[in-house]
Amino acid sequence: MTLPVFFFYIFSGIAIASAVMVISSRNPVHSVLFLILAFINAAGIFMLAGAEFLAMILIIVYVGAVMVLFLFVVMMLDVDFADFKRGALQYMPVGVIVGVILLIELLMVAGSTFVSPELAAGSAMPINNAVSNTQALGEVLYTRYVFLFQGAGLILLVAMIGAIVLTLHHRKGVKRQDIGEQVARNPKTAIKVVKVKSGEGL
Amino acid sequence: MDSDLISFASLAPAYPELFLAIGAVVLLMAGVFIKNASARLVGVAIGMLLAVTVLVIIQPATGVLFNGGFIQDDFARYMKALVLAGSAFALVLSVSNAVDNGIAKFEYAVLVVLATLGMMVMVSANDLMVLYIGIELQALSLYILAAMKRESARATEAGLKYFVLGALSSGMLLYGASLIYGFTGQTQLDKIAEVILLSDRSVGVIFGLAFLLAGLAFKVSAVPFHMWTPDVYEGAPTPVTAFFATAPKVAAMALLIRLVMDSFEPLAKDWQQIIIFLSIASMVLAAFAGIGQKNLIRMIAYSAIGHMGFALVGLSAGNLVGIEGVAIYMAIYLTMNIGLFACILSLKSNNGYVRNISDLAGLAQTRPYVAAIIAIMMFSLIGLPPLAGFFAKWHVFLAAIEAQLFVLAVIGVLASAISAFYYLRVVKTMYFDAPEQEFVPIPGELAFVMGITGFLVISYYLTVGRTLVDFANVAAGSLF
Repeated sequence: MTLPVFFFYIFSGIAIASAVMVISSRNPVHSVLFLILAFINAAGIFMLAGAEFLAMILIIVYVGAVMVLFLFVVMMLDVDFADFKRGALQYMPVGVIVGVILLIELLMVAGSTFVSPELAAGSAMPINNAVSNTQALGEVLYTRYVFLFQGAGLILLVAMIGAIVLTLHHRKGVKRQDIGEQVARNPKTAIKVVKVKSGEGL
Repeated sequence: MDSDLISFASLAPAYPELFLAIGAVVLLMAGVFIKNASARLVGVAIGMLLAVTVLVIIQPATGVLFNGGFIQDDFARYMKALVLAGSAFALVLSVSNAVDNGIAKFEYAVLVVLATLGMMVMVSANDLMVLYIGIELQALSLYILAAMKRESARATEAGLKYFVLGALSSGMLLYGASLIYGFTGQTQLDKIAEVILLSDRSVGVIFGLAFLLAGLAFKVSAVPFHMWTPDVYEGAPTPVTAFFATAPKVAAMALLIRLVMDSFEPLAKDWQQIIIFLSIASMVLAAFAGIGQKNLIRMIAYSAIGHMGFALVGLSAGNLVGIEGVAIYMAIYLTMNIGLFACILSLKSNNGYVRNISDLAGLAQTRPYVAAIIAIMMFSLIGLPPLAGFFAKWHVFLAAIEAQLFVLAVIGVLASAISAFYYLRVVKTMYFDAPEQEFVPIPGELAFVMGITGFLVISYYLTVGRTLVDFANVAAGSLF
């Protein structure tokens, strides 16, 4: 057994086990942590397949951003997850149907590779093994697709403006930190010496 | 890889977009650092949009840029001039009532400019990916504009509804685009046409075409993808609605025209069926649904749906006269709607702005000038000669007859006659009912917009008509 195959089974085994733990653990924080573990193992499988860019993106975007957001939501909001699960059984039939359809689709995809291997081999754009994924992306991102890249940047700018416009309240009477004012304080303005008579207090 | 970024001069066809993109960012910075500058920034944004309009009109640089993703031809220049002028006038309409409508924030001007930039990218899109980027840039800005009046539950609902349905339409569009890419191996519009021409008629491409058209039908609010229009128009602040009803419609129509004429020219028989269906459904449904409306803005929303149906009559003809007709139609539609919204936004009584048609009762006695302009716009929207609206319809129906689509033309004329009922009811309310409320004086810039659009609509045949037809002819000619 070669080393990559060995690692493949390790990664996929842990991924499946942690996926099971995501839905079976009672504590939602544990679920999120197991989901992170599943993602990291999926990134490992991507790495083995030679898709190092996807692996890094998976870790940066999903683990770094999305999962932290999930953790925030789970920890900050007082969501009663037991309450969620109570009504879950009535959606069972729909869930089973979706699951069966998904299973059939997966079997068809996997089956086609076994039935006619020439289908999977003949891809329209053969992978160029001479350059790495990251380099191949970098070569076109700022040249061929510069217009799309900048356009996508503008869309993100609009999203940022939108998030601020729709949520930022300029409320009156909110106490804010003013560092200049803090630094400008001196003992004369900040401290008041009061003579306290003994036994009376302030 | 070759890039267009070798010299600034080689980007000449994209100067308008570059100028607007940089301008939007500068406006944003100015808004963040200068306190209470929203009114001034609107002024700067109007100036910027008008400057770019002039640039688009006088700068003849055309060509294909960014590895075939971006095209600037006479059609794009014509449509961009309309979009830019529409956005600029929509901003003018918001000046006097921004505070009342909860949009007196500097982001308003920035978002309008960014939405306009998205529309220009849509008009110039020559690639399925650029098309999508343009649509999203435009649509995201519009969702935010709809929900900008935060304290109003209706506006928030409008924004959310628009967002959810917009996301649905984007999903359909992307599904169609991925099918097209999968079956032709190309994303560039003219290359797709080459592949379709060389290969057999494949079901996958037809499927993709249908999904693409459904996604775009959402954007032009053609029946049966129109459901969001009345709710969003009614819920959003009225100056924002004025913007929604004008420039984005022109951009979406331009995109639709370029897509079907460039990429799917070999499949003309297939897309014509879809466009004809959308056209008939929009005209007929809007004609009947408009009758039941009591709210003025909802009535205008149905009117917009109907007018998109009429414009699609020209597109379904699929010939030079038809595209020319749509180009003329969009210009006249833009003018009529700007004028109409200027009138509505100028009518503020002690109870706030007019909402229902009954609020216009007796307007001919209290505000004869505004009542006259509204009446002219209504007659023009019906399509009565010698007003501009008549010539708009005349051009598209002429194209339909030339393409032997007699049934379509007859249904169009009948729908036009039915819709006359609700347009005329507004005129009747203004001229024959007793006045109920007093209105505050009209802001100067709205009176100016009313005057100029009213003049253009009345004197269309004598003044701008000939020039517009010439421009539209050149624009449509660049697609063939």
